[in-house]
Amino acid sequence: MKPDDFSFLAQLVRRRSGLVLRPNKAQFIEGRLSNVLRRFGFRTVAALIHELRHGRETLARAVAEAMTTNESSFFRDRATFDEFRDVVLPRLIESRAQSKRLRIWSAACAAGQEPYSIAMLVHDHRLVAKGWTIDLIATDFSSEMIARAEEGLYTHYEVQRGLAIRRLVAHFNQEGGSWRVHENLRRMVTFRTFNLLDSFGWLDDLDVVFCRNVLLYFDQRTKASVLEKIADTLVPDGVLVLGQTETPHAPANLFMPIDGAPHFYTFSKASLPRLASVS
Amino acid sequence: MKHCLVVDDSRVIRKVACRILSDLHFQTGEAEDGVAALAACRAKMPELILLDWSMPNMNGIEFLKTLRREKGGEHPIVVFCTTENDIAHISEALGAGANEYIMKPFDRSIIESKLAEVGLG
Repeated sequence: MKPDDFSFLAQLVRRRSGLVLRPNKAQFIEGRLSNVLRRFGFRTVAALIHELRHGRETLARAVAEAMTTNESSFFRDRATFDEFRDVVLPRLIESRAQSKRLRIWSAACAAGQEPYSIAMLVHDHRLVAKGWTIDLIATDFSSEMIARAEEGLYTHYEVQRGLAIRRLVAHFNQEGGSWRVHENLRRMVTFRTFNLLDSFGWLDDLDVVFCRNVLLYFDQRTKASVLEKIADTLVPDGVLVLGQTETPHAPANLFMPIDGAPHFYTFSKASLPRLASVS
Repeated sequence: MKHCLVVDDSRVIRKVACRILSDLHFQTGEAEDGVAALAACRAKMPELILLDWSMPNMNGIEFLKTLRREKGGEHPIVVFCTTENDIAHISEALGAGANEYIMKPFDRSIIESKLAEVGLG
């Protein structure tokens, strides 16, 4: 790829999704573009970028989507889900016993394994049968991923990574060689295509936000801005979940890890005046 | 080092599974059917058994039922590893005391994931 083509592409992707493309990944990026080339009938990356310079919206969107990483699995990073099951969820159920309402957002849900894993753990507590309202919102930048997630249909390989066999039997129906999530879990989740760079105005009063393995693709400024926006969607004792290698170090002192659940964060004491000024 | 017995009538599958398991720091043994597996368990009870369903002489489910009645036979973690991939077979296996279930074809990451499920990851 020619250097000025690369910088044009990097700028376009950064503006659309916040994703930072690095020149040393050029080969990897060209690999990811190959599907877009085929779909839109281009023979070379140079031809595709030439067309992009003329501002074709569908093409630009497809290119930005193609750059996202959609790697996921059920109960990915077991320790995180163990902490959620053993520490975070029981505390939430106790503290919300009056309102009987739980609002959880999976902010980069890929093909849906994360929200369905959360739904399974929530289902274990039979909260819906006990009269609770569970809002489980799941979003992803990629509309293709959201369509897959809504389908809830997974391959033989996908259901054997991270999923105990008893969970497969309890929550899935077999359809040929694939497995579909039961309707009761699918009904629990509302899926929507959403860009983390956009306004979070429609999201509020969240008890938990899962935002795992997405901030690491952003530059510091974007990362800080997304964390600020997440902070505004959370209730004062709300919880933020990050990926295993991520920390919310910017903006400084906004969040602190929860005792007994180091991948989960609540507002730190230092950020309480900020919360008071919001409410 | 934990001991795993790989029970399958296919020599190729036994070899592939044993290689993955020894990479994961298991000491491995092999048996080509339920009868041979039972003899191996009576000689030395393994911590883990990777078990095919359809085999001559004694199949996987008969072996499992017999094993669970043996002295010490309640201890090994039994993971089915089979092409019998429907809910009826899976439920029957769980009912007979299987701990996990791998649907063939499998790869290293599926074995690793299932071992993590049974606390051997």
